[in-house]
Amino acid sequence: MPWTRRHLLTIEELSLDEIHQIHATATAFKKILGRSVKKVPALRGKTIVNLFLEPSTRTRMAFDMAAKRLSADVISLDGSSSSTTKGETLRDTAQNIEALQADMIVIRHSAAGSPLYLSKILGIPVINAGDGAHEHPSQGLLDTFTMREHLGSLKGRKVVILGDILFSRVARSNIHALTKLGANVTIVGPSTLVPEWFKALGVTVSHDLRSALADAEVVMLLRIQHERQTSGMFPSIGEYTNLFGLNKTRAGWLNPKAIIMHPGPINRGVEIDSELADGVNSVILQQVTNGIAIRMAILYLCSGGQPEQVIPSA
Amino acid sequence: MPSLWISNARVIDPAAKRDAVGDLFIKDGKIVASLSVADKKKAKKIDASGLVACPGLVDIHVHFREPGQTHKETIETGSRAAAAGGFTSVVCMPNTAPVADTPGTIQLINDSIKRTACIKVYPTGCITVGMKGEALAPIGSLKRAGVVAITDDGDCVQSNELMRRACEYAKMFDLPLMDHCQDHSMTVGAVMNEGVVSTRLGLKGWPNAAEDLIVARNAILSEYTGAHIHLQHISSKFSVDIIRRAKKRNVRITAEATPHHIALTDESLGTYDTHFKMNPPLRTEEDRLEIISGLRDGTIDILATDHAPHTDYEKDKEFDYAPNGILGLETALAVSLEILVRQNKFKLPFVVDLLTRKPAELLKLEAGTLAVGTPADICLFDPDKKWTYDAKAGFSKSGNSPWHGQTLRGRVKTTIVDGRAVFDGTCIL
Repeated sequence: MPWTRRHLLTIEELSLDEIHQIHATATAFKKILGRSVKKVPALRGKTIVNLFLEPSTRTRMAFDMAAKRLSADVISLDGSSSSTTKGETLRDTAQNIEALQADMIVIRHSAAGSPLYLSKILGIPVINAGDGAHEHPSQGLLDTFTMREHLGSLKGRKVVILGDILFSRVARSNIHALTKLGANVTIVGPSTLVPEWFKALGVTVSHDLRSALADAEVVMLLRIQHERQTSGMFPSIGEYTNLFGLNKTRAGWLNPKAIIMHPGPINRGVEIDSELADGVNSVILQQVTNGIAIRMAILYLCSGGQPEQVIPSA
Repeated sequence: MPSLWISNARVIDPAAKRDAVGDLFIKDGKIVASLSVADKKKAKKIDASGLVACPGLVDIHVHFREPGQTHKETIETGSRAAAAGGFTSVVCMPNTAPVADTPGTIQLINDSIKRTACIKVYPTGCITVGMKGEALAPIGSLKRAGVVAITDDGDCVQSNELMRRACEYAKMFDLPLMDHCQDHSMTVGAVMNEGVVSTRLGLKGWPNAAEDLIVARNAILSEYTGAHIHLQHISSKFSVDIIRRAKKRNVRITAEATPHHIALTDESLGTYDTHFKMNPPLRTEEDRLEIISGLRDGTIDILATDHAPHTDYEKDKEFDYAPNGILGLETALAVSLEILVRQNKFKLPFVVDLLTRKPAELLKLEAGTLAVGTPADICLFDPDKKWTYDAKAGFSKSGNSPWHGQTLRGRVKTTIVDGRAVFDGTCIL
């Protein structure tokens, strides 16, 4: 099936086939990352603008790296240096970027829905690098890619997402990707951060860590944002760690081969103990590396490239 | 001014329980029982066959943005939009710039009304100074300057103590308090209804509990002080229940619903279209249906539009940053007919009542009736006429409507104010 999508805005709107195509294409690009010359001419002569209106290290570096590996020219613009601080609207900023003959725009924005908004205004592809608490599709794609490297097919596999789900775009994108891939998803954390509404997205909602972690093959931790405790979402970081922090004892409840994931940045000793973050089951740094391959695939496909053939998994 | 003879209309006058085909006569700007033979010869005759003739519509919740925000709307353009929607009396909210918290500002508004409005426009004043919720505004002086109610509009008074004193004080002047029921502590940063849809979209939710709490608070304060509190644009199912129970105890509260809250739900927000962003937000199907039930059994007294103009460039933003509010005046009648009469089988005279006599009585406006001797404020409309609404080409200065480009059914043909036609179905006269 040919790839026809120009924008990547959400995982919710992707078909299962499209997820497979991105993963297959990322597999091919990942091989390039292992070579001594880590560069292909796929996007030579194209200009990609990273418009990051909200702080980011990992995602921005990975998109930057991915574009360079594909031989595109990259310009990065962040919130503090853009004209939005002078009162320019997002529409005007984006239209100026298009008028500067950019071929693609990668946007990170604190307001949910802004990538969709831009995609309706601009004639060039728009890639969502995280919009508010809505979606972070490249993260969801790289996380499921990493899981499949370790587990093969995700059908029927128990995946647990633990932490601040309510405000997490990573959680939403993973929920959509995982449910499409057939995984059984459980979200767990304090009831204020893991509301019942999420059941409508096809996941199990839990506030009991032990039963949630039991026999899980993947546990994905999300960062606990310190500012949430001052707004009354939970009593203290200490109580959070006591109830929901992942330590060695609790990791013992998991399937012995379970992998431990975290989109970063991690708070050692808060949501995860250091020894687990650095342990043999941790794939946290593999996620980062895979993030380049996934973003190469996204940039390549949305620029009009065609996907690698999907090899059906056993 | 020539006399007017409206013939063969389906005359609906809820105050007189009249619903029959007949004629209406107008002389010197007033409704009269009949015209003399000589007057009939000179009268301007309007053949209203197939049309409904009812009292001019009354909307007690509009934003005309004057003074200070005249890039969005003015009293002139707002009153034209009202006339095009069949409205002959409207009540303006005080959240202007400056806010209407002094008699001087009310005087300024009234001067502009006199000079520029093509229908009857009434001002409201603030409950508190600067709409800040800290100290009482000069309510007595505002009353003398001509306000018909007091309200802090979207800045619902948060202090229960201050609201209690405002109730006691306003009661001395028999001045109703209109309240936009919202507990601010629960809605910081909120941009849509809290629920499944906000969870999916990653938008900050505005829980219906934040409305219900203040609705209950107001019922309690009204009962305690005896003041009349009017609850604006009820959007939550539970609020309807609270109002219903309070009314059973004869508490002096009244309530309104908007056409958008009876027509739309938060499911409309799937594409982050800011033309569906308003406050209170669109809620769920359950809420929508309960508001319709509340209108049916009288728990909710009236319809009001919350006509809230914003320019294209203000609405054309990230969803989080766009202002709340949509236009309402030019679509209110058609949407109400569609939802209440055609979909929910309300009787047409009952819906006319919700848009005329009842809102007029609620604020004691001289309007909402076709009784002999009253000002001839009349709306003639074709309840079945289909038309396509072009919000950009409407009479409002702004075009922020969720119904833009849609085919609606029910169209105003003539709007008459004090016996003079101000809208002829196409143009403001």
